[in-house]
Amino acid sequence: MASQTVSEAGDRAALARSRAAAQGRIRWELLSLLVRKDLKVKYQGSAIGFAWSLANPLIQMAIYYVIFSKVLDNHIPAYAIYLMAGLLPFSAFSSGVVGASGSVVGSAGLVKKVSFPRLVLPLSAVGFALVQFLLQFVLLLFIVAVSGHDFIGWNLLLIVPAVALLVAFTTSLSILVSAINVRWRDTSHFVEIAMLVWFWANPILYAGGLVKDKLNAHGVFWLYFLNPMATVVSTMQRAIYKEPYYTFQGKAKPLLVDAGYALYVRNLAIGFAISAVLLLLARAVFNRLQADFAEDL
Amino acid sequence: MAAAVITASGVNKRYVMHGRKATALKERFVQSAKRQVGAATEFYALKDIDVVIGAGETVGLIGPNGAGKSTLLKILAGILRPTSGVVDVQGRIASLLELGAGFNAELTGRENVYLNAALLGLSKKEVDRLFDSIVEFSEQGPRIDDPVKHYSSGEYVKLGFAIAVHVDPDILLIDEVLAVGDEAFARKCLAKIAEFQQAGKTILFVTHALDLVEQLCTRGIVVDHGMIQYDGDPAFAVGTLRKILGTDRPAGAPLEPEEIGGMVIEDAVASTRVGGAATDRVRPGRSLHVRVLVDVLQGEGLVEGEVQVVVMGAGDIPVLALRTRPGGHVPAVPGRYTVDLQLPDMPPLVGAFILGVSVLDAATGQPITARRFDRAFWVLDGPRGALLHLPTTAKVRA
Repeated sequence: MASQTVSEAGDRAALARSRAAAQGRIRWELLSLLVRKDLKVKYQGSAIGFAWSLANPLIQMAIYYVIFSKVLDNHIPAYAIYLMAGLLPFSAFSSGVVGASGSVVGSAGLVKKVSFPRLVLPLSAVGFALVQFLLQFVLLLFIVAVSGHDFIGWNLLLIVPAVALLVAFTTSLSILVSAINVRWRDTSHFVEIAMLVWFWANPILYAGGLVKDKLNAHGVFWLYFLNPMATVVSTMQRAIYKEPYYTFQGKAKPLLVDAGYALYVRNLAIGFAISAVLLLLARAVFNRLQADFAEDL
Repeated sequence: MAAAVITASGVNKRYVMHGRKATALKERFVQSAKRQVGAATEFYALKDIDVVIGAGETVGLIGPNGAGKSTLLKILAGILRPTSGVVDVQGRIASLLELGAGFNAELTGRENVYLNAALLGLSKKEVDRLFDSIVEFSEQGPRIDDPVKHYSSGEYVKLGFAIAVHVDPDILLIDEVLAVGDEAFARKCLAKIAEFQQAGKTILFVTHALDLVEQLCTRGIVVDHGMIQYDGDPAFAVGTLRKILGTDRPAGAPLEPEEIGGMVIEDAVASTRVGGAATDRVRPGRSLHVRVLVDVLQGEGLVEGEVQVVVMGAGDIPVLALRTRPGGHVPAVPGRYTVDLQLPDMPPLVGAFILGVSVLDAATGQPITARRFDRAFWVLDGPRGALLHLPTTAKVRA
């Protein structure tokens, strides 16, 4: 009788422990609920709702297209597609990191009153940006297919690691800035400005091949890909745009960073390695700072 | 004692108060540049808290405003980190620290139920199963599909409470939110709490509704100035708090000796024989002896004083009074007087009691001075709920 009671008590304690652990775990369901909440709150009461998230890159693309292709006449064929291949992932990165930087501070009421895994806050901001990216990306592929641009081939497989790197790097950086911003509120302002500069560190508007030639002259081209976003952008272009050269004044000029695949694979490996290190750092910083979130807010 | 579900040992919480908190980088630099601005004052919200709460206890956490109750609750809930000390919590926690904390005003009640429950650790499947019951408990009916920004604060808290109790927590932490709903809902909440108690769950709540503590709790903890001042019987916890708050003595009887009208009540001791040492137990049917020391000081307008000793129960309820008789009063002559009073036959009182002493003007019956002594003595350890334990007979017929 007594031993039975003991084992019952043991079961109860084990159950209690497992239930306590479940409360602290990051669950996909919670993340998806938070992302859906953000989407709903953002587009609530607007007539065309989610279509707004497509309008933004389309208009950006239209402006860049008119200015760089028509006004400045950069001779890049199907410039709109080249542009979108880089612009969409970078927008996802930028809006994810900017959104995440304010995510904990923006949920002050929740953080101060409810105990839950705080990590879901930056993660849901990243999720929000990724959902928008995926829809924009599907639209892009549709436009590319309709426009008759030749993009079918093994090159399309590059999309998978490129998006994976985008997710990995964005997530790592987002976790880091969301935690730091609680202690130092300058962070979110700094991040916004950094994104403006960062945009130009990627071959989105200009030809990556030209940068390669210029930097190779000094032997520092490898530095360019210490920025994982440059890898994401250039790999996406290789995957969708496919055409590595363009013709200017009768001469073939390099448009893409590389015509083959080996360089992209190497860059992706570097990018994943950097993201992994950043993720470890971000987790450590987040774990250290999160215990004081409720107090710092 | 039942298995501990909450263990806090040596918990301190220090807040550093800057004039204004330097969260912006520039302010940090400026502050570190001119050191004197860094004259931050430290403030301990909690000092060396040791508390073990067992499974199935219902604990009322009471204290004056700013005593540290909510800070303690937040530390136990895992929201705040203690500056030092260890907190161990076993089981699923649901905390109601604010009405509808975590509700998003734009979302409907339904969406908020799912979101809030997910934050508290429930899966979608579990919420699906519990949803109807949550809505029914919250009394929202079809309004559950309205955005919660249209809810009143009462409806907010009803929904919040409904979710928290349906999470099936092992530990429920409540911070002063039950006062918001109407009486019918409050009654329902109390019924739910009683249900939780029967299911052996642990409840910890911060409240200012002291009668609720006496009514519901199995244990009361009084926190003041960041320290646990009393931990034990809820009725006595309430009495202790009233003493701290000063709401226990309408006549303004102080704990410290005070000279009023030329009189100082120096001491009052309850014992089992005349002039004996202070006792902590007086058996029913035996004598209670109280020795009071009164100083009458030099001065004008001295009057003859009648000494009255009141035996007070939990919450400082006066139970019985002992008085000096005419001819046995304290004379209007300076000096120190020893007054011995005796209650020859202690009634079968249940619980612990303390003494309140006052000196009245023997001619007019007006109080001159009073003082309260918090040295308690016990009579019977009977079941709580009544002051007197008398033999009864009962018959049951079908």
